[in-house]
Amino acid sequence: MALKIAKVLWAALALSLLTTLAIACQAEEEKATPAARTPVAAQTPVTKEPVKVGFMYDATGATQLIGPPYKAGFEDAIKLINKKGGVEGHPIEVIFCEHGYEVPKGVECYERMKAEGVVIINTYGTPITQALVERCVADKIVCNHPGYGIAAAANGEKFPYNFPTAASYWSQGGAAVQFVLEQWQKAGKPGKPKIAYLYYDNPAGREPLDVLRAIAQREGLEIREFAVPAPGVEMSAQVTDIVQRFKADWVITHLFGRSPSVSIKAFKDAGFPLDRVISLVWGSADADVIAAGGWSVAEGYYGLQFTAIGTDHPVLNEIRQMYRAEGQSPPKVMEESNVYYMRGVAQAFLWAEAIRQALGLAGEPVTGEKMKRGMENIKGDIAGLVRLELSPRDHEGGGYLQVWQAKGGKWVLAKDWFRGYRDIVESLVYK
Amino acid sequence: MINRECGVFKTTYQADMALYTVPLARITVWAFLAFFVFVLPFVVDTQRLVWANLVGIHLIAALGLNILVGLCGQISVGHAAFMAVGGYTAAIMSSRADMPFWIGLVAGGVFASVYGLLVGLPSVRIKGFYLAFATLAAQFITEWTITHVKWIGGGFQSSIIVPRPSLGPLTIDTEREKYFLILALVIVAVVAALNIARSRLGRAFVAIRDRDVAAELIGVDIARYKLLAFMISSFYAGVAGALWVYYLGNANIEAFRIVESIAFLAMIIIGGLGSVLGTIYGTAFVVLLPFILEEILQTFKGVIPVSDIHSFVAHLRFAVYGGLIVLFLMVEPEGLNRLWRNVKDYFRVWPFPY
Repeated sequence: MALKIAKVLWAALALSLLTTLAIACQAEEEKATPAARTPVAAQTPVTKEPVKVGFMYDATGATQLIGPPYKAGFEDAIKLINKKGGVEGHPIEVIFCEHGYEVPKGVECYERMKAEGVVIINTYGTPITQALVERCVADKIVCNHPGYGIAAAANGEKFPYNFPTAASYWSQGGAAVQFVLEQWQKAGKPGKPKIAYLYYDNPAGREPLDVLRAIAQREGLEIREFAVPAPGVEMSAQVTDIVQRFKADWVITHLFGRSPSVSIKAFKDAGFPLDRVISLVWGSADADVIAAGGWSVAEGYYGLQFTAIGTDHPVLNEIRQMYRAEGQSPPKVMEESNVYYMRGVAQAFLWAEAIRQALGLAGEPVTGEKMKRGMENIKGDIAGLVRLELSPRDHEGGGYLQVWQAKGGKWVLAKDWFRGYRDIVESLVYK
Repeated sequence: MINRECGVFKTTYQADMALYTVPLARITVWAFLAFFVFVLPFVVDTQRLVWANLVGIHLIAALGLNILVGLCGQISVGHAAFMAVGGYTAAIMSSRADMPFWIGLVAGGVFASVYGLLVGLPSVRIKGFYLAFATLAAQFITEWTITHVKWIGGGFQSSIIVPRPSLGPLTIDTEREKYFLILALVIVAVVAALNIARSRLGRAFVAIRDRDVAAELIGVDIARYKLLAFMISSFYAGVAGALWVYYLGNANIEAFRIVESIAFLAMIIIGGLGSVLGTIYGTAFVVLLPFILEEILQTFKGVIPVSDIHSFVAHLRFAVYGGLIVLFLMVEPEGLNRLWRNVKDYFRVWPFPY
């Protein structure tokens, strides 16, 4: 028996070696005819030097459900931008690097990108972003990490080359309470709502606590905290506590990965109305709703977004047209994982805008230093996807958010760009 | 093939006790050292230097685990927790008390070894799987404490930003300067590990590993030596953790997760339990394989017919990585070191079969 297994294994090994060899031979042939490979560039006459940018993501690690659609959105949007002539004639060249949410690989990715001469990098993932802060400053490369990394990096004076460029957890906490209070008033209820904060018990989950406590103190609100320990797939005790003992009026959730869907289901089962639950940005994706049992289960559930979402956005239609013009069908991930896809699209347009600003402010060639100035000059809406007001002091961009609600099988905009308790958030950022 | 002891006669006790008795082996070691000091940092680019630095830091921690698991036969699945203790100690000392980095390094090691002593206490009474779970608990308790106690974990996301280490007027900030710092510590760590293995201490560890009852009968104080093994192992981990923190300029708990602890076990098992050279092979294998595979696979990216090549390569990298580990362990369960020894033994008696 053992002999047989060994034989099979050796056969498999030999086969895989042969395949590798075959691929290698093919690669040699491919190298001999390099002209055959660039269909996109052939359509747009490249007039100027490409601007190199780096994009890290994760397809195998802790956030492997977010990384691929996020990257797909970014890649498609860059393709679209290049097809339309790039930025002032400069095409954008992306160096992708998958790091599996591991710090060593992230550092290695960074060095590879640096060697290629990139001016801006998406340092995906909180630990990786933190590990690279020092290198970004030393090498004068803009490190962009929308929605993760370090909330304190909103302070551009302390973190000159880090750009969170999306409402931080602090801003999200402030905005969530603001939204809850507005809804409470709108419903014409007396007094103040009792708010439960249900969070994943990790550093990111605990981050909004400071803001929430400060708001509770100022407004005389009762905000009680309920922690969900890792891996966050069991929270019936906490939900029962919230619904039956604490008798919360509103719930703010801040969960990651599988746990947002578990929370939606748990609240539904406990009979808590989902139109009084609002999730911060990592619990408001399509996947969370679908994993919870579908749109009919999640009906009413609110989610904060720092990037506009929706499958009928004009930019998406342009991307669809681009695919059709090439005789391909647009990728399904555009609809299936719309929220993360849109975050990638928005980031591509943000970078294009920053390059444009950098060129306008300081001229050719684009460098990391100029890119930083370009980013700091961005003010207003970008492609109708994000609202940012960046400055040398504020690298967060003002902390603008939207609220979307699960309604009739899709996300519907419930509140357009707004922010809440900015003074409390800023007092923490510039402490 | 390198170590042909033919014609080597030891005439003094000193010669007999030397770390490398065969002249050729001694020359090889010096040659390697010269290569790492004078050649490697000046010929490779920054990206490759990062590889070397990552291997160096992981190697220090793995050497520590090797002493505990490979020599003393205890098991620990909480090695990354000791690294975290060392790392956060160094971070707190450097960022809040303005201590120079070398004090942070030593303090990280000392503090981690005290912590290791505490965690090792159950090993006096329990063995095997039970001990594994006790150390697993240590891993979780450490993670929890750092995340929840603000004084330890620092304010934002349990991370502390650490100032650049400097030695007098010299600030260590380029990759090459970091390389020399790490190399110096690696040399100390390797020499210490080699000598521990052949000292009274190391022999006591091996005795406990091979049969604890017999060891006790011949007069080895089991409790004391087990705890010593935990302390030495944690000291290595603490220094590696502190080094990691100074290397990145930042301490973050997510770098010291349970998967890291398991990766360290993988390093010493793949390399060969109980052998310093094996630990070096194993660490290099585990740390570098993903990078090298990625480079190899990236060169084929034009020919693999998938739409998202980067993600495909990422998954393939994992599959190949796992496959290679299984393959190596099947070919030689005693690790890469044994594989290398087999080759050497073959050439040692060549052209005779034995």
